[in-house]
Amino acid sequence: MTRWGMAIDLDRCTGCEACVVACAAENNIQTVGEEQAREGRAMHWLRIERYYEGEFPNVRTRFMPVLCQQCGAAPCEPVCPVYATYRNPEGLNAMVYSRCIGTRFCANNCPYTVRVFNWFDAEFPAPLDSQLNPDVSVRPGGVMEKCTFCVQRIQAGKDEAAQEDRAVADGDVKTACQQSCPTKAIAFGDLDDPDSEVSRWAESPRAFSLLGDLDTRPGVVYLSGSEWREPAE
Amino acid sequence: MTDRPQASTKALDGELLGRLDRRRPGLFVGSLASGALVLVFLYCWGYQIANGIGVTGINRPVFWGFYIINFVFWIGISHAGTLISAILRVTKAEWRRPVTRSAEAITLFALAIGGLFPLIHLGRVTIFYYMIPYPNSRMLWPNFRSPLVWDIAAITTYIIGSALYLFLPLIPDAAVMRDRAAAGLKKRFYAVLALGWRGTAQQWHSLEWGIRILAVAIIPVAVSVHTIVSWDFAMTQTPGWKSTIFGPYFVVGAIFSGIAVLMIAMALLRRGLALERFLTDRVFNNLGLLFVTMSLVWGYFTFAEHLTVWYSGDLFEKNVHHVLLHGDFAVPFWTMIVVNLVIPVAVLSFARGRRPLPTALVGCGVLVGMWLERFLIVVPALSTPRLAYSIGDYLPSWVELGIMIGAVGVFACLYFTFTQLLPIVSVWEMREGWRHAGSGGESGRTSEAAPASPAASPAPGGGAA
Repeated sequence: MTRWGMAIDLDRCTGCEACVVACAAENNIQTVGEEQAREGRAMHWLRIERYYEGEFPNVRTRFMPVLCQQCGAAPCEPVCPVYATYRNPEGLNAMVYSRCIGTRFCANNCPYTVRVFNWFDAEFPAPLDSQLNPDVSVRPGGVMEKCTFCVQRIQAGKDEAAQEDRAVADGDVKTACQQSCPTKAIAFGDLDDPDSEVSRWAESPRAFSLLGDLDTRPGVVYLSGSEWREPAE
Repeated sequence: MTDRPQASTKALDGELLGRLDRRRPGLFVGSLASGALVLVFLYCWGYQIANGIGVTGINRPVFWGFYIINFVFWIGISHAGTLISAILRVTKAEWRRPVTRSAEAITLFALAIGGLFPLIHLGRVTIFYYMIPYPNSRMLWPNFRSPLVWDIAAITTYIIGSALYLFLPLIPDAAVMRDRAAAGLKKRFYAVLALGWRGTAQQWHSLEWGIRILAVAIIPVAVSVHTIVSWDFAMTQTPGWKSTIFGPYFVVGAIFSGIAVLMIAMALLRRGLALERFLTDRVFNNLGLLFVTMSLVWGYFTFAEHLTVWYSGDLFEKNVHHVLLHGDFAVPFWTMIVVNLVIPVAVLSFARGRRPLPTALVGCGVLVGMWLERFLIVVPALSTPRLAYSIGDYLPSWVELGIMIGAVGVFACLYFTFTQLLPIVSVWEMREGWRHAGSGGESGRTSEAAPASPAASPAPGGGAA
């Protein structure tokens, strides 16, 4: 069975945010505008967290792309009263938009604060509407959403492999963020396949899970050579 | 039990019920003002449904705001009645008699409003019924692991239970109203409520057993309701929320705020309907004692909760704790301590403080304090998430404020209407109390002058706390 996973090499990340833009374009994420963003309603499924170390002028910035960790034991799932979020057989923490009634309980229970909410109905004024991705539904207002690991690309990869009568090979499926990363800091693939790139990265001695002691068993692995201190203030 | 009081109590019935017939300008103004607030409530909710939940001030990471705070607050208020009146009935506290009806009415109305808030809070209220287990062609069930589904079960049970608990003791009084009313719409209204009550021995027997069973059954329901409300928070792994003490802490807080609203309502009723003879100083003294006890218990729980968090040294828990005690939320936090603990203990420890006006004023403070408590549970924990990058802030919008104030109006409107339509003091229970006191109506009549005289019953109020 496939278990989709991602590995992110923080030592390669330059914080350019190309992944953030690619994600928004791929997944029809609504652009909320300056005013709403200031209220804390920006809807990025993937964000680059910046943490500063040291005192001025000797400051070092750490970049950390944070997205849904697709937890194996996801705190968001049991609290949803209507099963709008559940774990699918391929290790994805899936969202059923049409089922979501917007209690926002899942977002409160997410230790990574990666879930975003459609506070209003999405608007894509022309010409933005002509760049909408036809493989991804536009979410209505009042609905929770988050990173899907580009599930539409996973589906397309599986369809293509099936047409050619073969199994999905490593590298067949690339997420939007992975594809756009100029430093190739992101690997994506099947964690159950020991030969896949993501599995090899995950085996690295530099690998760690974000907030690992919560035992949410994330599907996202981070790699960092220097000692990573948990961001805290 | 079979020989019910007859003619000797006619005067009492007349006196209590006569108050209902009299038009009072204060009550009229109150009804009008609360009616206006009902419109504010409806307008704000309609505006929100039409424009989207984004018209509120909630954001990421503070996904829950005023609506959830008010939900917990109103469910807390609802513990005024059923729980307190049930405990008093079960322990046979004689001084309960003039209190129970108004307390039970508060419960039902507060619960109805509290139950609305989770719906107001939803992103898509039009499909709220997805949370209800109903048969459907797709065989979809709600998620029974979610505390929100437990909430629905608990609150529905409590609403039905407390409606019955208000209604049962109302039947004989509705019958009296029916018999007094002139033929017409009014008479028909009371006739429906009275369910064909004739006052036969058999009917009294059934009624008393019904009340007895409900009074016992409603106590665990009431406790479970606020425990489950607390689990909306305690079952998560959010720092500041996951706490084993939250169940009992919420129940204590609920009873505490419930008594507060009861004290205010009783002081208002006593003045507004001139019920000094029934809501005696002794009643206020006893409830005041219960009130100060709950204040101390609440203070103890608060201390225990914060001490364990502080002592644990858990980084994320300490972040929340810090903003609460020393940071952005320090002012509301210490205000809460003052109005919930310092003032009640300072005033209610003395007999002079346990009189209608001071207890009602302390009650107003406690209402503010308990609202702040819920605010301080919901907002600081959410605005201080584990990943410091997402630290957030929250300010309510005018829509949230409008709905919050409007909800008070809905409550007042329901309460005023109830008071005008039905006896807010249980007539037959007062009558029964006077008989229990031994010397018929006379001792009750002198109760104002000598507050101790109806206390012929064993250990009055002793079992209350």
